[in-house]
Amino acid sequence: MSEFHHYELNFGPQHPSTHGVLRLLLTLDGEVVVKADPHIGMLHRGTEKLIEHKTYLQALPYMERLDYMSMMGNMHAYCIAVEKLVGIDVPLRAQYIRTMFDELGRITNHMLWLGTCALDLGAMTIFLYCSREREAIFDIFEAASGARMHTAYYRPGGVYRDLPDEMPKYTPTPLRSQKALDEMNADRQGSLLDFIENFAKQLPSRVDALETLLTDNRIWKQRNVGIGVIAQEDAIKMGCSGPVLRASGIAWDLRKKQPYAAYDKVDFDIPVGKEGDCYDRYLVRVEEVRQSIRIVLQCVDWLKENPGAVMTENRKIAPPPRAEMKTNMEALIHHFKLFSEGFHAPAGEVYAAVEQAKGEFGVYLVSDGGNKPYRVKLRTPDFIHLSMLSKMAPGHMISDVVALIGTYDVVFGSVDK
Amino acid sequence: MIDHLAEFFAELGMTGTVIWTMIKILCITVPLPIIVAFITLAERRVIGAAQWRFGPNRVGPKGLLQPFADVLKMLFKEIVWPERANKMLYITAPLLVLLTAIASWAVIPFSDYLWLANIDAGLLYIMMMSSIGVYGIIIAGWASNSRYAFLGAMRSTAQLISYELAMGFSLVGVILLTNSLNLIEIVRHQEGGVLNWHILPLLPLFFVYWFAGIAETNRHPFDMAEGESELVAGFHVEYGGITFALFFLAEYINMMIISVLIATLFLGGWLAPFPVLNELTIFSVAPLGDGFLWLALKVVFFLFVYLWIRATFPRYRYDQIMRLGWKVFIPLTLIWIILVAIATQWSRLFG
Repeated sequence: MSEFHHYELNFGPQHPSTHGVLRLLLTLDGEVVVKADPHIGMLHRGTEKLIEHKTYLQALPYMERLDYMSMMGNMHAYCIAVEKLVGIDVPLRAQYIRTMFDELGRITNHMLWLGTCALDLGAMTIFLYCSREREAIFDIFEAASGARMHTAYYRPGGVYRDLPDEMPKYTPTPLRSQKALDEMNADRQGSLLDFIENFAKQLPSRVDALETLLTDNRIWKQRNVGIGVIAQEDAIKMGCSGPVLRASGIAWDLRKKQPYAAYDKVDFDIPVGKEGDCYDRYLVRVEEVRQSIRIVLQCVDWLKENPGAVMTENRKIAPPPRAEMKTNMEALIHHFKLFSEGFHAPAGEVYAAVEQAKGEFGVYLVSDGGNKPYRVKLRTPDFIHLSMLSKMAPGHMISDVVALIGTYDVVFGSVDK
Repeated sequence: MIDHLAEFFAELGMTGTVIWTMIKILCITVPLPIIVAFITLAERRVIGAAQWRFGPNRVGPKGLLQPFADVLKMLFKEIVWPERANKMLYITAPLLVLLTAIASWAVIPFSDYLWLANIDAGLLYIMMMSSIGVYGIIIAGWASNSRYAFLGAMRSTAQLISYELAMGFSLVGVILLTNSLNLIEIVRHQEGGVLNWHILPLLPLFFVYWFAGIAETNRHPFDMAEGESELVAGFHVEYGGITFALFFLAEYINMMIISVLIATLFLGGWLAPFPVLNELTIFSVAPLGDGFLWLALKVVFFLFVYLWIRATFPRYRYDQIMRLGWKVFIPLTLIWIILVAIATQWSRLFG
């Protein structure tokens, strides 16, 4: 009698569809997964420990590098935590700017998710279409903050600077004709807000185009409908959040339930799925993009009419204006102290969470009264979603595991922390 | 002129015939890799256009030298031997795949007087070659000593069994109509314009043959034997350099074979769509009449659809491909064969 062995497949860490560096030990019975054992930690950078040795301001850029696909949401949670801890108010205009950029960040995240998920399932053209929309959003980030991805635009107390009145334009090069140049700069004639408005008004038709390629596509439905069903109870028990939770039919969204920034002042809906399968997660995310566009347009309207400060006046937290430093001794001292020693937070602990593109992103800060956090704990949604994989994958085929990883929307920066 | 040459060699006796055959073989096999090289360029440009980007356009004018750069790169790369792989089988596999792919061209009629071999069982010969070609894939998966490659080979085997059947059945319809396995006879049977082409009476079989052909060549959306996002590269995951290039070459030659066969079996091969075109003559030559031009146009169309599909659709799952093959294609072809058989024998049975 020969002994029967299952087939062991080492899926990753170098694999086209593990979204970074997931190592998955699959035990296969033919094509069917019997056991899936995710191994994480290949991208562990010790963010939580690193932050214990940085001032509150220096810790901020680490947040964007956690989930490097929705940078704005991560920073937002951290800023809210610090603001709660120190007890400062954020100007309303900054709240609106944050709301708008959170939603733009959500669109970039969902666009990248849609592209890579479709790529995993074999539809490669979607990826490049999505990249085109992301490119416009990166231009917006760059115009506002100077950097395309890791912007460090939100600061405790507001945002780094107000939105520019002019959108940067493409410059002439020997390779571009004047006509091509004018075409590229056509929507860049006004302010940044005009550009955003223009972009947000065009986006729904482009999302429609993406949907015609996928939503009713028979192959796409066969690959997604009924795959990786997460029941409502399981979703709550496992601690799911964001689109994964909402696809299971639970209308839980921190933007509605615990409004922060300007979310209580804008009008939007929470899309909710029914079955909790991959297809519902796809539909929920696409609808979220549409809702985000609604929010962005409302923010643009408000921001156009209400100029004002975007940073708190508290000079212990926010740096003074450059001009003031040239004449005012006190401003110079504030600036020096802020960027050398940083500000001290009163002893205590605080938890702040935002509805980031992937789910609830929470920052738990403990302060001992010093200028650096005593301890930071990050609650990242993808870590929790990924931990479901060993439960969800058995019984599915290898191709479905790819779809599962795809629709969980994991980014290893924030899984490994 | 070709007739004169043929006569000249025929007069030389046995040696002449051999030389003449060798020349004909060279005329087919030498252009093939070059055409394939340009198909890869076309693929990248077409998909690039579909995806809102350029594709390769830097090497040579409009990127036309890109294929040669690729070939040179492949040639000069080191062949990596996987540890504990069976070297003999490992190197045989790509050769077998390529050999059968090229050998299929022997019976393809390019026009009403251009072909290498006029054998009566031409269709069977091509079926045989494509079946043997799959052995290459299986051997490659086995000899690589890699789990991904092995899974790819397993999938490929299952795909072969189900789709060869569907393909074979759809060919039965053609055979019933023409009473011949000879490709030249099959084309001649379709003479007399677009209404006489087999695509009209055999429309379902045409589609089944087409899709089964896409599956047979491991192309998107049936490319689960390679399945990039699942099996990385499937059966050829361990192959690099020129050994990989051989697989690549074979895949594209097979794509062309399938396109040529669809054109030959269902769309009248070298025949012009309207017989009137044969009468538009300039200096007693009809430039738009029956001939290689029409075959080439048809083939280019089907090759383009290959690329179009690749740029558009998601990939099927393994069991879904099986279901499509066994539960849709095979029953459909069986029913249609019976209908065709009744229709062709109607007069004998009841008249």
